[in-house]
Amino acid sequence: MLQIRPIVTALRRHKAGTVLIALQIALTLAIVCNAFSIIQQRLQHLSQPTGIDEANIIVVQNEWARSMSTQQVDAQVNTDLEALRHLAGVRNAAISNAYPLRGNGWDDRIMLEPDQLKPTTSTALFFSDERLLDTLGVHLIAGRNFQPGEIKAMDVRDKLSPPSAIVTQALARHLFPDGSALGKSIYFGDAHPVAIIGIVDTLQPHSVDRWASGFASQTTILPSRLLSEWGNYYLIRTEPGQIDAVAAKVRQTLFAQDVMRVISDKDGIQKFPDIRQAAYDRDRGMAVLMGIVCVVLLSITAAGIVGLTSFWVGQRRKQIGVRRALGATRGDILNYFLTENLLISSGGALFGIVLAVGLNLWLVTRFEMQRLSLAYVLIGVVMLLLLGQGSVLAPAMRASKVPPVEATRSV
Amino acid sequence: MFGYYVQLGVRSLGRNPWLTALMVMAIGFGVAASMITYSVFRAVSGNPIPEKSERLHVPQLDNWGPQHARSLGEPPEALTYTDSTALWKAHQARMQTIFYEVTLSVIPEHGGGSLPFNVSGYAATGDFFQMFDVPFLYGSGWSQADDEGHADVAVIGRSLNERLFQGANSVGREINMRGHSYRIVGVTDQWDPKPRYFDLFSMFTVNGMGDASEIYVPFSKAIDLKIDTGGRNSCGGASSLNAGWDGWLHGECVWISMWVQLDTPTETESYREYLRNYAAQMQQSGRFAWAPNIRLRNVTEWLDYEKVVPPESRISLIVALGFFAICLINTIGLLLAKFMRRAAEIGVRRALGASRREVYLQFLIEASTVGLAGGVLGVLLTTIGMFGVGLIFEPQIAKLAHLDASLVLLTIVVAMAATVLAAFYPTWKAAQVQPAWQLKSN
Repeated sequence: MLQIRPIVTALRRHKAGTVLIALQIALTLAIVCNAFSIIQQRLQHLSQPTGIDEANIIVVQNEWARSMSTQQVDAQVNTDLEALRHLAGVRNAAISNAYPLRGNGWDDRIMLEPDQLKPTTSTALFFSDERLLDTLGVHLIAGRNFQPGEIKAMDVRDKLSPPSAIVTQALARHLFPDGSALGKSIYFGDAHPVAIIGIVDTLQPHSVDRWASGFASQTTILPSRLLSEWGNYYLIRTEPGQIDAVAAKVRQTLFAQDVMRVISDKDGIQKFPDIRQAAYDRDRGMAVLMGIVCVVLLSITAAGIVGLTSFWVGQRRKQIGVRRALGATRGDILNYFLTENLLISSGGALFGIVLAVGLNLWLVTRFEMQRLSLAYVLIGVVMLLLLGQGSVLAPAMRASKVPPVEATRSV
Repeated sequence: MFGYYVQLGVRSLGRNPWLTALMVMAIGFGVAASMITYSVFRAVSGNPIPEKSERLHVPQLDNWGPQHARSLGEPPEALTYTDSTALWKAHQARMQTIFYEVTLSVIPEHGGGSLPFNVSGYAATGDFFQMFDVPFLYGSGWSQADDEGHADVAVIGRSLNERLFQGANSVGREINMRGHSYRIVGVTDQWDPKPRYFDLFSMFTVNGMGDASEIYVPFSKAIDLKIDTGGRNSCGGASSLNAGWDGWLHGECVWISMWVQLDTPTETESYREYLRNYAAQMQQSGRFAWAPNIRLRNVTEWLDYEKVVPPESRISLIVALGFFAICLINTIGLLLAKFMRRAAEIGVRRALGASRREVYLQFLIEASTVGLAGGVLGVLLTTIGMFGVGLIFEPQIAKLAHLDASLVLLTIVVAMAATVLAAFYPTWKAAQVQPAWQLKSN
C-alpha cells in the first residue's frame, strides 16, 4: 500500500489514459447520482395513496346525447344510480364531477375572510352527495357526513354557494394550523360562508401533476350534484372481488334506462387500478428510463476501465517482469494496479461530485426538481469506486501472473 | 491508397475483437440513446406551421387584474366572450378567428340500430380554416356572412365522413348533432398538427396532443344553441362567475381562444397598439381597475410560453447526450489503447517513408469503420428502443416518435462523425511515434 508515490510518478507517463478514466468516472457519477434522485422522486410520487378503496372502484363516464334541462338530468341520474345500486356485487354508487387522478377538474381558491383579496390556498372541488364517502371508501375522521336533505342539484353554470363542505385533513391543517377547522367557515371569493362539517383523512385531488401542486392533497367535497347537460361521472364501489363482473354489466344496465347517451368504448368504463396505472405512466417510465441509463452507463464505464487497464498491463509486461525478478510478490503487483485505479477513481469521483452538484443545481432551476440529497452522492461515489476496483481486478490478476522471466525477454 | 486504408480498417476491427466490440457497443448504445430521445424531442418541439409561425398571433388581455394574474403578472391564456367577440367584430387584423372546443353527439340518421356517438372539434369563425391551412377533401369552410348570419353549417373531418358517408362527397348533406341539423359545407382531409399549437389552452389536449378534431360549427350558431365549452373554463375565482348561461357568457371567465394573422411587423405593432387601446377603454369604462396589461405572441413564442415540450423530454435528451459524451470518452480511451498497441507497426511504416499525413489518414479511416459499425448497431438499438418510447411518454407523444430514413441516416452520420472526432487525439498520438526510437527499442 505504500506504493503511492511511484504510482503517481508512473501515472504522469500515462496522462491521457488517466485523465480519460477519471473524466469518465466523473461524468458517470454526475449522471448516476442525478438519475438516482429522479428515480427516487418519481417512485415516491407514484406511491402516494389516493385514500380510496382503489381495488373495488369503477368509474363510468356517461355523456348525454341530447340537450336536457337540469331537472331532466337530475331525474335521469337518480334512475341510473338506483339501477346501478341494484346490480349484484355493487356496494354503492354515487355521482361526481371528479375523482382522484382523473387529470383535470374544478379547482378553486379558498379565503378565510369574506373580503380577502389574495386566496389563502387552493383546493380541488368534488361535487357529490352523502354517498360519496362510502362509495370511494374514504375515512371520515372528524365531524359528520352530509345528510340526504342537504344535497342540492346544481347546474354547472350556477353560482357556487354550498352551505357546507367536507375537507381533507391536509386542507384543514393548511387553513387552520391550530386544529380548529371543524365548524369554521371558509369563503370561495364572495361573502357566502361555507361551514366545514367534516374532515376526511386522505382524498387525492383530480390531478397530481406539477400544475396542480397548489392544491396537492387538498380536496373539498361539496353537497351538490353538479349536473351538466354534456354528462357526468358515476362512481361505483363493488363488493371485494366483484369488480370485473360488475364492470361487464354497467353499459347494458345504463342503456336499459335510456338509450340517448354515449359511453365510450375506449374509456367510458374504467376500473380504478387502470386509472392509477395510466396516471403515473410518466413517472414510472421516467424511473425505468433512468434505471436503464444507470445500468448501461455503469457497464460501459466498467468496460472502459477493463479495456484501458488491459492495455496498460500489456504495455508494462516487461516492467512487471523486472519488478517480479527484483522480488515483488504477486500480491504486490495486484496491489499496485488496484491502488492505481483507486487513485484515479478517487480523483474522478472528486471532480464528479462537483459535476453532480452542478448538474443538479441546473436541473433544479430549469425543471423544478428537488435538490440532490448527499446520500445519493455518497452511494454513487462508493458504487463507482467499487466498480473501478471490480473492473481492474481481472487485468490486475493477469498482471500478477506475469513471470519474472519476462524481464529477460525483448518486446 | 484510400481503398487500401478502408481494407486495413476493416481488417483491424478483427484484430482486437474485445476492444473493438467494446467500442462498437459504446458508440452504438450512446448514439441509440441520443437518437431515441431526440426523435421524441423532435416530435414535440417541431414548428407545426413553419411558413406562418411568425405571422399568427395570440392576443391576450388581463381581465382579472393584478390580484388574480398568473405568475409575473401574465394575463390569462384565453379571452372572455365579451372581449373575444368585441375584438373579432372590430376586425383590426387581416384575418382572425375565435373558437372554443366542443364535444357533440352525432345522432345517426337511420335511428334503428346505430347509437349516438361523440365527436370533438371546434365552434369557430370562418377564417379558422384559411389561417391554419386546413386541407379540404371536398367543399370548403364557411364565409364571414355565414358567421354573421348564424348559419346552420358544419365542416366535418375525413374519418367522420368515412363513418357517416363511407367517404363519399357529403357536401350539401345534413348532419344531426345534439338534435340540431347542420348542412355540411366542407370535408377536411386528415389534419392534426402536432403540437396542436392553436389550442394549447384546452386541457383536453394534453401537451398540445390529442385526437384529431372531427367537427367544426360556426361560433355564432354554437352560442345560439348554448353549446357549452368542452374544453377549459377558467374564472379566476368564483367571484367572477355569475349564475346561468347568460351570467357565465357575460362574466369574466376565460374560455375562448383567439388568433389573428398579421403579415408585417407594422401590422403587428398597430394591432398591439389597438389591443392596448382596447384595454385602456375598458379601464376608462370602469370594467378594469388597472392599467392595460396585454400580450401578443406569435406561434413560436406561444409554444414556448405554454411550455409545450414536456420536461421529461428535455431531461431525457440531456441525460442521453451526457450518456453519449461518456461513451465517446470511453471510445477515445479504447482507441488510444488500440492505436498505441501498434506503435511498433507505425514506427516501421514511418521508417519506410510514410508521412504523418498517411498515418493520420489510415487511423482516421480505421476509426470511421468503427464508427460505421457503431452506427449500424445504433440503428438496430434505436429500432428496438422505439418500442420502448411508449413506456416513458404518453401514447399521444410516443406514437409521434418514429424511425424514418432521415433518422437512420442521422444515426449513422452522428456515430461516424463522433467516432472520427474522438479518434483525433489517439491518431495524433499515433502519428507522434518516433520511427527511430520505436525501431531502436525493439
